[in-house]
Amino acid sequence: MVGIVIVSHSYTVGEGIVEFCKELKNHDFTMLNASGMGQEVFGTNPLLISESIERSDTGEGVIVLCDLGSSVMSSQMAIELLSEKHNVVIADAPLIEGAIVASSVNCPNLSLEELHLEILETKTTSKL
Amino acid sequence: MDKSDFKAIIENTCNNIISNKELLNSLDAKIGDGDHGTNMARGSQAILDKLETLTDLTIGDSFNQMAMTLISSVGGASGPLYGTALMKLGMSLKGQDDIDPSLMKKAFTDAVDGIKMRGKSDYGCKTMLDVLIPACEEFSLLYDGSNLSETFNKLSETGKKGVEYTVGIKATKGRASYLGDRSIGTADPGATSSSIILTSLSNSIDSLEVK
Repeated sequence: MVGIVIVSHSYTVGEGIVEFCKELKNHDFTMLNASGMGQEVFGTNPLLISESIERSDTGEGVIVLCDLGSSVMSSQMAIELLSEKHNVVIADAPLIEGAIVASSVNCPNLSLEELHLEILETKTTSKL
Repeated sequence: MDKSDFKAIIENTCNNIISNKELLNSLDAKIGDGDHGTNMARGSQAILDKLETLTDLTIGDSFNQMAMTLISSVGGASGPLYGTALMKLGMSLKGQDDIDPSLMKKAFTDAVDGIKMRGKSDYGCKTMLDVLIPACEEFSLLYDGSNLSETFNKLSETGKKGVEYTVGIKATKGRASYLGDRSIGTADPGATSSSIILTSLSNSIDSLEVK
C-alpha cells in the first residue's frame, strides 16, 4: 500500500496525527511521523523526512503531507536527497484533513495517483 | 586560499552568526516567528562542533557536509535555503582541493540560483535574495582573480544596502508575507543574516590576508 509521511513543524502534532489515524485506518499501511527537529524543537529536518520516505515505501510509493512554509521546502529537499528512486509526491492539501482522508480510504490496490486525488479533494471540501 | 584559511573563515562566520543571534531573533519576532537567530545559531554551532572533520575534506565535499549539517540542525526555512546554497557550492567546486578563483563566479551564481529555486523567490520579495542577488552580480563584475579582499569589502557594503532596501518593501514570501503592508519598516531577518555572512567573509579575508 501507499505509504504516508507526516511533516509538521511540531513533533507532537505529528505524533498526534499518526496516533489518531491509527484509529481511522481500515488497512494496515505505513504512516510515519517526520515532524519537528527532535521532540523539543519546532522545525523540519530534510534528512529525517528523506529517511521516513525510504522507510514507508513498500513499493507502491509515498505521499508526503506537510503543514506550511519550510516543511514544504524541507520535503522538496528530502525528495532530492533520496539515494534511490521512489515514487513520491507532496500533496498540496491540508495536513490533518489530508491524513484523515488518507487513513480512511487507503487500501490494497489503490494507486498513489488515486489516493493523491482523494487527498486533494480536502482542499476544497466545505465544512459547513 | 589554503585549508587553514578556509577553516578560519568558516569558524569566524559561524561565530559571528552566533553572536548576532538576539538581533536576528528580534527582527524575526517583528515579522516572522522570532526564531531565525536561534535557528541560525544552532546550525552554526553544529558546524563548529564538527569543524575539524568538516574542513578535513576536499572543498567540494566540505561544503556538502556543511549543507547536511545545517539542514539537519537549523529547522526553519533558512536550513533548506542556506543548505541548498552550500550544496550548490559543493557541486560547483567538486573535486577541487583548493578554491580555484576561476570557478568562484560560477559557484556563487549557482548558490544564489539554488536559493531562488528552493524558495521560489527572486529579487524584491524581502528575503535574503535582496542581499545575495546584488552581491553575486557585483562579485561577477568586480572579481578579477586577484582582488578578493577589495571585492568582498564592496560586497559587505552591498549587503548592508540590501538590508536597508528590505526595510522599505513589503514581504511577498515566507511568513512575513502574511503581514502584508505591516511588514514594511522592518529589516528582513534572512537578508540580515546574509549580510552578516558577507561582512564576516570580508573581515576574515582581510585579517587572514587571503589571496
